Amino acid sequence: MTTEQQSPGQQAREPKIRLDKVGKTYPGTKVAAVEELSLDIHEGEILVLVGPSGCGKSTTLRLINRMIEPSGGRILLDGEDVTKVNPDKLRRRIGYVIQQIGLFPHQTIAQNIETVPRMLGWDKQKAKARSEELLGMVGLDPERYRDSYPKALSGGQAQRVGVARALGADPDIMLMDEPFGAIDPITRERLQNEFLRLQGELRKTIVFVTHDIDEAIKMGDKIAILGERSTIRQIDTPERILAYPVDDFVDDFIGTGSTIKGLNFLKVSSLALTDYPTLEPGGTAEAGRAALQDTGREWLVQLDENRTPVRWIHADGLDSADHERGEPVGDLLHSQDTLFHALELMVQSASGETCVVDDAGAFVGVVRMADLAKAIRRAQYEARMHYEQMERQS
Amino acid sequence: MSDAAYGPAMNRVDTQPEAVPEPDATATSSAPPATRRARAIRTAGLWLAPVMIGLLALLFFFYYRGLQADGNSTVISALDWGDKLLPQTIRIVYIAFWSTVIVILVAVPLGIVLTRPAVRRISPFVLAVANSGQALPAYGLLVIFLGIMGQGRFTVIVALSLYALLPVLRNTMVGLDGVDRSVIEAGRGMGMTKMQALTRIELPLAVPIVIAGVRTALTLNIGMATLAFLIGGGGLGITIQTGLKLNQDPILIVGAWLVALVALSFDWLGAVAERVLKPRGL
Repeated sequence: MTTEQQSPGQQAREPKIRLDKVGKTYPGTKVAAVEELSLDIHEGEILVLVGPSGCGKSTTLRLINRMIEPSGGRILLDGEDVTKVNPDKLRRRIGYVIQQIGLFPHQTIAQNIETVPRMLGWDKQKAKARSEELLGMVGLDPERYRDSYPKALSGGQAQRVGVARALGADPDIMLMDEPFGAIDPITRERLQNEFLRLQGELRKTIVFVTHDIDEAIKMGDKIAILGERSTIRQIDTPERILAYPVDDFVDDFIGTGSTIKGLNFLKVSSLALTDYPTLEPGGTAEAGRAALQDTGREWLVQLDENRTPVRWIHADGLDSADHERGEPVGDLLHSQDTLFHALELMVQSASGETCVVDDAGAFVGVVRMADLAKAIRRAQYEARMHYEQMERQS
Repeated sequence: MSDAAYGPAMNRVDTQPEAVPEPDATATSSAPPATRRARAIRTAGLWLAPVMIGLLALLFFFYYRGLQADGNSTVISALDWGDKLLPQTIRIVYIAFWSTVIVILVAVPLGIVLTRPAVRRISPFVLAVANSGQALPAYGLLVIFLGIMGQGRFTVIVALSLYALLPVLRNTMVGLDGVDRSVIEAGRGMGMTKMQALTRIELPLAVPIVIAGVRTALTLNIGMATLAFLIGGGGLGITIQTGLKLNQDPILIVGAWLVALVALSFDWLGAVAERVLKPRGL
């Protein structure tokens, strides 16, 4: 089932990349490697192509810069049909990052980065200034790395250079084929974060291939889940895919825990916080009991002078004279935190609930498990409504 | 598991401090000790070889002077420097040099062509022909070409070119095939034409292996150039042959010694070329 769609606002503007029934059938084979595929990618967005191994996602990516010539259909960049233009000139307009990185070992890092600018005929000074700027941008000291050779780099550093090289001539479009796939998990996460930060400034149009659904969820503004022969099973924002997988294939692919992953896309600020009994500093046991009785709860929150929550106190522990009565509240939530973070704190908390504070650190309310469940159900309901509405329209 | 693994774009972007070196950043900056030691030995060899060659040449000089002092007229006339030894030495250098140049001019382009996808299919056949060139006994090859081209040094040069074609051809092909596909893919993906990918990536990266082949060819050719006299090509083979015929060991020794000096010098030049032409960064 294909669910290609845009929200009304996006339909108005022209897509940065449009694949129009692009397909690939290798000569001598009957079955298409990539079946006719139509896809719009809008300016400044990261579209992640994700799917099981061998589904043709890399092939699809390589059709866009014609490293593999499509056997049918059209590719449009900014509305311009590039299916027949000189492929080498086309590729100079498109950044390309691959998993194996492929730095030229016999060239210095600066020379590597200056490859495309020099091919485009930039003069030496301009190219040099550009490579230094890019090295700084990807977090490598130009002084130290400019003149060294790729063999001196670790895997993570090499892929930073790989990204810098793809950005060489400041292309609008980047194609990234599992760029962080061969890098250890810790470095990968750092590179992902830095790349997202960079993308926040650069707003490139990016097609990103991965087989890792978690990476897709993290990196994608939109995710296209591909089945065999690169057919689109579902294409949407990560939150909607997590909230409403359209079929069993997608459901299986995003795997267990998708609901919990979906909590990453919901903010504490979206919840109606539950009012909660509190105990002012120096408050007596009687005051506490009164507060508990009013609300019918078992725990109350001990505040300090700044109204910052410090401890959970259970009804049975109120009479204890011990200054250290109750349990510490642990980390506090802020309104911009995700519900995933809230869940994590909740399972560590003595009361099973987590305190939310405002920017000054003063107590605002608590998040309970029921709030999370409600938020999830609402997200799922909204996603379902979205798809039902789409079906009605078509 | 931390939430960072699943965090969406908007609240993940600022969680990591910048410019923290990766944990493995320092580990790879220097080569492992074994590689370094091997490199040090090679460098020392590069400086030691000319010293050894010079020493051998000096010994040769004293030996040669001693022979002249002995006053054996047969030996002295057979070993006349200006008339015999010098022109003969120049001749084998000439033969070895030009046959090697021809080998390079033929084998490298041929190797390039044979590794292009379009003609890749015929490369086994060409390799088979080149193989048979080397499988033939050198003497047989010289005689075959004698039959075709007649006597003289040019016949020798052509015969030797065929004889030494294989190592350069094979090394060119192996060298080009050995270039990491992902490096070429990256180059092509950035918009290099096929020609640019060949000249800027594939050839520079194949250079060390091609040169190793050339060195082999050069060594083969110097050895073979000694046989050039068999079909009227001249060279130090004449002096060695004279020594054998007249049963005069000093003549034989002087001839062989000079061949050895030439061979060693050329091998050293090959080693220097290998070192100088190897792209930095490899």
